[in-house]
Amino acid sequence: MKIMTCPLNGPRNITEFQCHGEVHQQPDPATTGDKEWAAYIWMSNNTAGVVREWWCHTPTNFWFLAERNTMTDEILATFPIPADGPLGEVL
Amino acid sequence: MVFALLKYGLSKAYPAREEIPRTPDLKSHYDVVIVGGGGHGASLAYHLAKHHGIKNIAILEKGYLGGGNTARNTTVIRSNYTDQRSIRFYARSLRLYEALSNELDYNMMYSRRGQLTLSHSDGVSRSLRLRADAGNFCGEANEIVDRKQIKDLVPSLNLDIKGMPILGGLWHPNAAIARHDAVVWGYAIRACERGVELHQRTEVVGMDVVGDKVTRVRTNRGDVSAGIVVQCVAGYSSVVAKMVGLKLPIRSYPLQAMVTHPIKPFLDPMVSSTALHCYISQSARGELVIGGSSDPYELYNTRSTLELKESLAASALEMFPFIGELKVLRQWAGITDMTPDYSPIMGRSPLSNYWLDAGWGTWGFKATPASGFFLAKAISDNRIPEEIQPFQLDRFERFDLVNEMGATAASH
Repeated sequence: MKIMTCPLNGPRNITEFQCHGEVHQQPDPATTGDKEWAAYIWMSNNTAGVVREWWCHTPTNFWFLAERNTMTDEILATFPIPADGPLGEVL
Repeated sequence: MVFALLKYGLSKAYPAREEIPRTPDLKSHYDVVIVGGGGHGASLAYHLAKHHGIKNIAILEKGYLGGGNTARNTTVIRSNYTDQRSIRFYARSLRLYEALSNELDYNMMYSRRGQLTLSHSDGVSRSLRLRADAGNFCGEANEIVDRKQIKDLVPSLNLDIKGMPILGGLWHPNAAIARHDAVVWGYAIRACERGVELHQRTEVVGMDVVGDKVTRVRTNRGDVSAGIVVQCVAGYSSVVAKMVGLKLPIRSYPLQAMVTHPIKPFLDPMVSSTALHCYISQSARGELVIGGSSDPYELYNTRSTLELKESLAASALEMFPFIGELKVLRQWAGITDMTPDYSPIMGRSPLSNYWLDAGWGTWGFKATPASGFFLAKAISDNRIPEEIQPFQLDRFERFDLVNEMGATAASH
């Protein structure tokens, strides 16, 4: 069993969590062209290495951020969404 | 006789055939550099050399020939997709596979088994009906079967799975399996005979881009310049595309599979269940090959997890309860490059001499002959054949997707 530490609920079985993909910034829909918007919708960094992602603890519906290494399958850190300030997106 | 045998046994020069040539020194320039020595790379090289007279080709493979996802799939060959554009493409691939042993004079151990896709709900029954009709419209044999017919096809199947009884199924009689190693070996041998160079243990570490052209391919064994570069690196599509500054609509997940120890033949067709996330076939050796859905989160790692193996075993047991005594002989994982529409990316990239063969998710093995065939034609004519036009990268910009999510048994 792989353990993930939820910032709200502490260490839990990873099967209780869902990964919602890399953190990336939404461009401003009002000023974005079709091409850039399509890129935002479909493209992915799909990084081989350390990534920053959205995760959700399903039973409590608690959303948080995690840093993970996609080469070694290690969870490096989990933290709540910062109240203000950047999420640390990778463009 | 005895002495002849002894002499043969002690001889250093065995007359064994060396069908796949040893890795030669890298030349300074190739007309076409293919990154990735798996089935798709070998197939592309073969078709370029055979049909289009392009012989100055190098296949660069970081490991050994066919050691990546070509060796890690479950060898299902079928054409029962949903969208006509996919059905026509995969049907062409199936036809090429049927003739492949003859074409390459190499035994693919091609075995026509038929595939049975099971439905446990009205919703899935409707989608199977759609797939059957779409397939038949394109001239591909498909049939909706009821419980009685399923019992006749696979007598040992448990029809009354608790909580999800089998309601019916989609029967695809032309589905087949083949020996995956033989496919890549056959293509590589015949390509090398025509002058293609296969460079094993040659890892591409970077590429130089000037303007809209890739000018140099840098490897751990030296640099080469190339007229055209094609990436055929299932599992690492995003990583290699990043070397030329491209971002792809791909997310990479491991997919785990396993085989049991060999038993007497009892299962002729391949059986797959969308609700149980499990598909089973019996190999020519008698092993049960069991595959399932991808891992729940993105990873470039082929480790196995107990959870996935347990769920595979549990689903297989629901279908065939009597296999509970069998032991798992081997288990492994491959990396699947999943696209948003579960269709591949073939054709041009935004760079003028860089071509893509990527996003092969869980559907790459069955497309090995056709991807090489059509991509070779595209590269040689510098024009995209109609058959692979729908699968170009720019379909995402146009929001013109080829949705096949419902036609892959191992969907999430």
